[in-house]
Amino acid sequence: MATSSDWAVEATGLVKIFGDNRAVDGVDLRVRTGSVYGVLGPNGAGKTTVIRMLATLLRPDAGHATVFGHDVQHEAQIVRQLIGVTGQYASVDETLSATENLVLFSRLNGLGRAESRAKANELLEEFGLTAAAKRPLKNFSGGMRRRLDLAASLISQPPLIFLDEPTTGLDPRTRSQMWDTIRRLVSTGSTVLLTTQYLDEADQLADRIAVIDTGRVVAEGTADELKSSVGKSSLQLRLVNPADRDDAVRAIRSVLGVDVTLSPEAARITAPMQDPDRITDLLVALREQNISLTELAVQKPTLDEVFLTLTGHGVETDAATQPDASETPKGRVNA
Amino acid sequence: MSTITSTIQSGASRELRNHVSVGQTVRNSFSMAYRGLLKVRRTPEQLIDVTLQPIIFTVMFTFIFGGAIAGNVASYLPLLIPGILVQTVITTSVVTGVQLREDMDKGVFDRFKSLPIARIAPLAGALLADTVRYTIATTITFVVGFILGYRPEGGIGFVVLAGLLVIVCAWALSWIFAFFGVIARSASSVQGISFLVLFPLTFLSNAFVPSDTMPDWLQWFVNINPVSHLVSAVRDLANLGTVGSDFWLALLGAAVVVMIFAPLTVRAYMRKA
Ligand SMILES: Nc1ncnc2c1ncn2[C@@H]1O[C@H](COP(=O)(O)OP(=O)(O)O)[C@@H](O)[C@H]1O
Ligand SMILES: [Mg+2]
Repeated sequence: MATSSDWAVEATGLVKIFGDNRAVDGVDLRVRTGSVYGVLGPNGAGKTTVIRMLATLLRPDAGHATVFGHDVQHEAQIVRQLIGVTGQYASVDETLSATENLVLFSRLNGLGRAESRAKANELLEEFGLTAAAKRPLKNFSGGMRRRLDLAASLISQPPLIFLDEPTTGLDPRTRSQMWDTIRRLVSTGSTVLLTTQYLDEADQLADRIAVIDTGRVVAEGTADELKSSVGKSSLQLRLVNPADRDDAVRAIRSVLGVDVTLSPEAARITAPMQDPDRITDLLVALREQNISLTELAVQKPTLDEVFLTLTGHGVETDAATQPDASETPKGRVNA
Repeated sequence: MSTITSTIQSGASRELRNHVSVGQTVRNSFSMAYRGLLKVRRTPEQLIDVTLQPIIFTVMFTFIFGGAIAGNVASYLPLLIPGILVQTVITTSVVTGVQLREDMDKGVFDRFKSLPIARIAPLAGALLADTVRYTIATTITFVVGFILGYRPEGGIGFVVLAGLLVIVCAWALSWIFAFFGVIARSASSVQGISFLVLFPLTFLSNAFVPSDTMPDWLQWFVNINPVSHLVSAVRDLANLGTVGSDFWLALLGAAVVVMIFAPLTVRAYMRKA
């Protein structure tokens, strides 16, 4: 049996009701110390509300949660000494400069005047913000703001860090920088609980993932477990010469041993992909038969597909208004 | 040494306390007040109400009412400057509530709430930082008065004491507006409710005109209005150099306001924070 220190977060039956909206409706979570835990769900699923309850910012209407064994309600002040929170919307002071923010939060964390200054400089350096340190935050890009926000959460070197949608709205380069930062954090022994709308982000970072929809956990497991519950990726081919279609279909059948789907104009062939290694064999076979491709793509399961499989309904806005949303390759849920 | 690459002490092995000491509460409050001052430095336009208003009001009232009420400008100044001072500084204290509301709606408030600091520090810090605003308004009013020809008979010591009295009373009143700030839904509604309270308090007083020309019912209100006592106390101090009963009544009024509104505000604030 696990002792309480094995778990950074243990929550059972968390409920939060806003008016008649059950924003969080009986959520259980267990986050192992030293791991990265991803909470995956579309906009409005209740991710932020869960984080706010765990971070002592919001009182649960029912249920119970502990952080390193300390009750978030009765030992809130202890819990606050153990966590760092990076909110979905920048939780830094917009009117101050980056340095002023970090010095202020260092002072509030109990550091002395000189220590605070040193800490601020160290963090600015660490997060590549030294050049912008004196500028007001109004001119900061989304990525810089997020980095500053994260830096502010690390002042007290908390063993548990909450990151609420750390990369939403960031460009791909800034996003992968943020991923690197999160990975480095984890390598120092921090436990990270992050929320995201992106399946690939949870996949990249999280050891375990909880999929949350309308306030409930609809699936929980490792990324691999989740994906296999959704089905594998699919392979898409587009031919230079549509007349090669039958030969190509035959080749796929014999090499991959699966049936294919043809698009209406018949130029595109989609095949379920079980084993990525076999693709090489298929490509060799196609070349031997002189079948040229204009396009080759591997499509991962999207969040929409995860949802469809797990809940029986798609991500609401997308499923209802954008029938082809499931074709976007990254699983991004439109806000 | 790098923050992110040093190993983090595990949650289970840390020494933790679930309460905040008085010393820490004071330190946290001063840190928050320091933030308030930094904000003022970053957005100096916030100071318009405490700089321009005393200048404009003093000059305007002096020349509009001076001749009519006191016969000439010079003899109106000893009556007017204390009145303008009290009115300006008290109006300034409304901003405390408005800014508190704006602040509590911002993302940074979440961070304050997630830090292991005294819960009350952001509120205490805001109230503390605003005393600087009152000091600026007080100084400017006296200086403008001096330029217009006001020579308080009480001397500099009593003028300073009068200024301090006004600052203390404005600070006390700011608890009322802070309370509105905590319970209101939006910053503009804070402003609305606050001015509804403020206008009768400042205008139905002896701040600009002597009360003896008013109808009886109004005189009754003006005479119990704590703002009138504050204005009279400032006049006594600055013009005569005396500490009269009005001084103590004004302080008593301030103490009563704090005794009622501080617990109310803190309770409402803690419920939200
Ligand atoms: N302070 C609040 N008052 C009322 N409703 C809220 C509040 N915060 C969140 N909600 C509602 O709760 C639900 C979950 O919101 P949230 O936790 O922010 O979702 P997510 O972070 O997954 O996008 C939404 O329907 C949202 O409108
Ligand atoms: Mg959210």
